[in-house]
Formats: sequence, C-alpha cells, structure tokens
Amino acid sequence: MHAAASAAARGARAGRWAAWAFLAPVVVYLLVFYAYPLYRNVDLSLRDYTVRSFVQGDAPFIGLANYAKVVGDMTFGPALWHTVVFTLVSLGFQFAIGLALAVFFYRNFRLSATLRALFLVPWLLPLIVSASTWSWMLNSDSGVVNAALGVFGVGPVHWLTSPDWSLWSVTLANIWIGIPFNLVVLYSGLQSIDPVVYEAAALDGATGWQRFWKVTFPLLRPVSAITLLLGLVYTLKVFDIIWIMTKGGPSDSSTTFATWSYRLGFGNLLPAFGPGAAVGNLLIVAALASGLIYIRVQRRLALP
Amino acid sequence: MGPGTTSRRAAGLSMAVLAAAGGLVACSSSSGGDAATDASQAGTYTIWDPYPQHDKSSEWVELLETCGAQAGATVQRTAYDTTDLTNKTLLAAQQGNAPDVLIVDNPVVSTLAEAGVLTTTEENKLDTSAIAPNLLGAGQIGGKTYGVPIGANTLALYYNENVLEKAGVDIASVRDWASLTAALEKVKAAGDKGITFSAIGTEEGSFQFLPWFWGAGAQLTALDSPQGVAAVELWTDWLRKGYAPNSVINNTQTTSWQEFAGGDYAFAENGTWQLANAQKAGFAYGIIPIPAKDGGTAPAPTGGEFVSIPVQKDTGRYATSQKLVTCLTSTDNSLTTTTALSYVAPTEQVQAKQVAENPDLAVWVEAVKAAKGRTSDDLGTKYPRISEPMWGAVQAALSGSKNPQQAMADAQAAAASATR
Repeated sequence: MHAAASAAARGARAGRWAAWAFLAPVVVYLLVFYAYPLYRNVDLSLRDYTVRSFVQGDAPFIGLANYAKVVGDMTFGPALWHTVVFTLVSLGFQFAIGLALAVFFYRNFRLSATLRALFLVPWLLPLIVSASTWSWMLNSDSGVVNAALGVFGVGPVHWLTSPDWSLWSVTLANIWIGIPFNLVVLYSGLQSIDPVVYEAAALDGATGWQRFWKVTFPLLRPVSAITLLLGLVYTLKVFDIIWIMTKGGPSDSSTTFATWSYRLGFGNLLPAFGPGAAVGNLLIVAALASGLIYIRVQRRLALP
Repeated sequence: MGPGTTSRRAAGLSMAVLAAAGGLVACSSSSGGDAATDASQAGTYTIWDPYPQHDKSSEWVELLETCGAQAGATVQRTAYDTTDLTNKTLLAAQQGNAPDVLIVDNPVVSTLAEAGVLTTTEENKLDTSAIAPNLLGAGQIGGKTYGVPIGANTLALYYNENVLEKAGVDIASVRDWASLTAALEKVKAAGDKGITFSAIGTEEGSFQFLPWFWGAGAQLTALDSPQGVAAVELWTDWLRKGYAPNSVINNTQTTSWQEFAGGDYAFAENGTWQLANAQKAGFAYGIIPIPAKDGGTAPAPTGGEFVSIPVQKDTGRYATSQKLVTCLTSTDNSLTTTTALSYVAPTEQVQAKQVAENPDLAVWVEAVKAAKGRTSDDLGTKYPRISEPMWGAVQAALSGSKNPQQAMADAQAAAASATR
C-alpha cells in the first residue's frame, strides 16, 4: 500500500515536471516576445527620456507626466476623433460590403469562384503597393480619380492635400483593403448555416429579405462578432496606409493615434520616446477594452 | 551566425574587392583571411553609413576598403536607411557597441552629440582647419566640433529651357521673388505649369522651405516675424494662383522631381542628387541658385553627412578610426569621396578641382558656399523642435486651414514652448 502510494506520488510529481517542461517553450515565448516588450513600453512611457538619458540609461521616473503631456497636447483631441471616425467608418463599410458580397457569392453562380478570388487581390497586395497606388490615383493634379471626375465636369478634389478630405481618402483606401477579409470570414460563416433552416423558412413563406434578416443575420452573429473584433483591433493600429498616403497631414487632418505615436518616436530628428510610448499604450488599452467587450458579448451569446 | 563568421566573410570579401580594384597590394594582405579570426576584435573596424544605394561593388565601398587597408584595419561596413540610422545608432550606443566610424546626416549630429554618443575633435584629433566654416557649423555645438563634413549638397532651382522659351522668359531676368513670380505668371499664361517643390509634413518639407524662409531674412528663432510670414505667403500665393500645383503639399522631393521630369513645369526646387536624372530627362535644362527676396542667392540648408567617431569604451581605437576618417576626408581623397557620393566637397581647394573637372558644378558650389546648416547658430537640438511646427505651419497655410500669419504665429508658440 505504502509503496504504491509513494510511487503514485512520485509519478504525479514527475508528471508535473513533464507538464512544466511542455509548458516552458510557450511561457518563454510569451515572456520574451509579449511580456517584456510590453513591460518596456510601459516603462518607456513612465520615464523622462531624452536622447541623452536614453543612451545613458538613467532616465528619471516621472509617473504619468508623459500621459498628461500627451492628453494636454493640441494634437490629442483631433487624433482621438480621427482614430474613432477612421475605425468606425472603416469597420462599418468593410463589414456591410463584405457581408453583401458574401451573400452574393453564396449563390454559387458560374464564375463566382473566379470573381471571389479577384476580390481577394487587395488583401494579397503588399500595403506599400496598394497605399502608393491609392495615393497616385488620388493625386490632385495627375490622379486618375480627378481625371475621371473632370469628364463629368466636376472640379478637382484635393483628396490628399485638403484638410477636409484627407481623412476620408485614407478611410476609403482602408475600406477597400479590409473588404476581402470580411468577405472570406463571413462567407465561411454562411457555409456553416444549415440549408434546412432556409428550406423551412421558404416553406413558411419568408421573402428573401426576411430570410436574410430573420435567418442569416442572427445565425451569423458569432462569426460577425469575431470579424468585427478582429477588424477593430486591426483598424485601430493601421499605420502604413495613412503614413504612405498623407503622413497624417496636411496639418494633422488625418493623424490617428498610430501615426502620431510613430511621429513622436521616430518621425522627427529628435525622438520623443516617452510620449510616443504613451500614445502607443493608449492604443493597446483601447484594443484590450474592445477585447473584453467581445468576451462579455460571447458569454452572453453562449447562455441560452 | 557568430560574429567570427561574419568578420571572416567580410575579410574575405574585402580581399576580393581589393583584388578587383587591382594594384593595391596592401602590406596587411598576409594578415587577412584566417588572421581575422583571432584578431577579429582588434583589427576590425565597423563603419555605418546611410548609403544603401551604394552596394558592395561601388566606388564608395572600394574607397572604404582602401582606407581601411591604409590604416591597417579590416573594415566592416553596414549601410542603413537615413532615418533608420539615427535610431540604430542610439540603440547601439545604449548597448555600448556603437560603430567605430559613423557617417550621419548633418542635422542629426547635434542630436547624437547631445546624447553623448560622439567624440569631439579635441578628443579624436581630427583636423577640420580646411573645412568651409558654413558647412562645419552644423556639427558644432557649444564651441565643440563633433565630426567632419564628408561632402555637401543643397537646393537650387532647375528650369526647363523649352518651357521658358515658349513663355518668353529670359532666365537672366529671374533675380528675386518678384521676377520669379512674374516668370511663373508668364509660364502659366503660355499654358504650362509653373514650379514644383516639396512641402510634405516631414523634415523634407522644412528643408525645402528654408531657402525661402532664410531668403526673406527670417530667423528660426522667430517663425512669426514679418519675413517668415512673407515666405509662407509667397508659397501660398503661388498655390492660390495656380503657379504651383496643389500636390506640393504631399510631394516628397522625389515625387516633385517626377512632376518636373514630366516636362510641363518651368521650375523645380531640388538638389544636387538629381543632376544625373536631369541629364536623362530628355529636355534642355539649367540651374540657378534660389533667389533671395530682394535679389542675390538665398541661403539654402546644407545637406550631406558628417563623418564622426562615436565614443568607445576602448579609447585606444580612436587612433585607427582617426586614420580612417582622415583618409576619407583628406584633401587628396576628398575628390574621390565626393565624386563617389556625388557631393560638393567641403573644402575650397577641392571645390575648385571639382569645377575644373565638371563646369556644371559651378552653380552648386556657389549654392553650397551660401548655404547654412540647419542646426547652426548654436540651435543644435532646438532645431528639430522648431522644424516640426514650421513644416506644420507651411502645410496649414498651403492647405488653407489657416492664413499664413495665423499659421506662423501658432507655430512660433508651439516652437517656443517646445524649446523652453
């Protein structure tokens, strides 16, 4: 009895060690690539870094002064507003257009596979290519968009160089880039809906419109939620498109938190690492908050 | 890959380059290859530069290898993108492994000096006596000098002879702002486009705006002075009257050049580095210095890099680094260096030689002589904090979100609070 018990305990202990050993790679990976950079970024935002103290490594701890500085900055209000508008408008249109296309392609007509593949192109192109192409197309003087408008007698619109338009132009480009992702995820979501449900709805005399709103839309809710959450996290941190197309300008009219953070940290001859990290952390908090909201929504959906 | 492999490969490569260069049988050739393994730390000197366009077979890298051989060192060269280089250097200095020799954009010198990354010429014994003072200024802070300019470039006005001829403009009549604007008016009336430049919201925008700002007689310490506002008004006026395209607000110097190379523009503000492209443009072109408001040559900002020696734990390394830098910047080699990099030389002696070889450079030498460092006048690290509000103001005025006076007043307020 005794011997057996101790052997079992030994076995359990060995099992625990083995479990830790299996866990170790993941833990190390998380610590090295997630926890430490995050810690460094928080640390960076809580200290008064000048170029000198960055090199010497003796930056004084200043608490939340960087955050206060960032929040009090003239750019904060506009950047926050631009981030919210850019994110929500992008998400709304990407989702709506993506869903419409998914429903459209769900009918599986001839050439639908080819067409669907073509819709994926924006996703496959490197961002530098698509953003540069957009900025050429929207060029005030030699862009194809203004040339096309000119045919209809509409005067040139300063898409990228007018403070009234620049934010909409980068949002437009971002919507275009985001549609394929929504299309693919929602399309696969549609395929998981049992055709029997549609059949029953048809027998009950539901019109096409009713079938969409009463069957497709509710049953697609879990997939929609994850699509929107991923889209949100992705859109919040969009940087390359805006930076390539407008550099956040003219005069901050298309600056979001992501471009502002970059400009503070790297876009100037004299880097301001502290405030740059502070803005970056605000973005992380925003993404985290939306993640928590998603988990709550998920839980509510899971309950009958 | 360990450091040993890299240095051995670099050493092997340097030998290959030397062999290709021919005739250069360095005394140290016997200590190449294997010897580099055990002497990898002592004999290998790292050089960082912002010239990724010059690859391993270029004249520039050849010169580095030659200078390394003369100094008895194996040279390990790494090229970074200009903007990347500053951050890489700061990080390396933080880790205590800065390169032995650093070639860095001149307005960054004061930032790195402020960070304590660079040695002064007192410490590293570099000779700067022959260098033109206006070029050296960008590397001087608080009476100390932090490097040697390797060469300089600056901005001037390219013009398209065909467009001017069609509009009936005599280039000799363009002497000041009024006559330049009059020329633009004629060009527009003749159905062509006036002038293109870059007013993008980055340092590039400030770089292009400064000749007009300084040419009006303004000082960076007072952005909202009547002179400063006059410079913004000049540009804003050009845009409003259609003499300059609206796209300048988003133009980099490269995209602005592409507009000019299209052949419809009379003028383009651009730098020495476009000379080779100008010859390929397929139309007759000329170059004049940028006119100041009331005539004469406007001071344009100096471009180009400084060679400097970053601080090392082992101060014994400075001697060899100093030999390397001297080799690159000495009067004898400066001509090779500046030709390899297509720069104007930093010394009068070599400038004269350059003009003798290529008379086209005369106008650039002229412009470089009138040029001024952005961080000069002891502005140092204050400059970036003034430059950012300044390019913001130019953008605000050009895009019409503020009037020039208001834009510059706001910029001055922002700059004053940032440099306090």
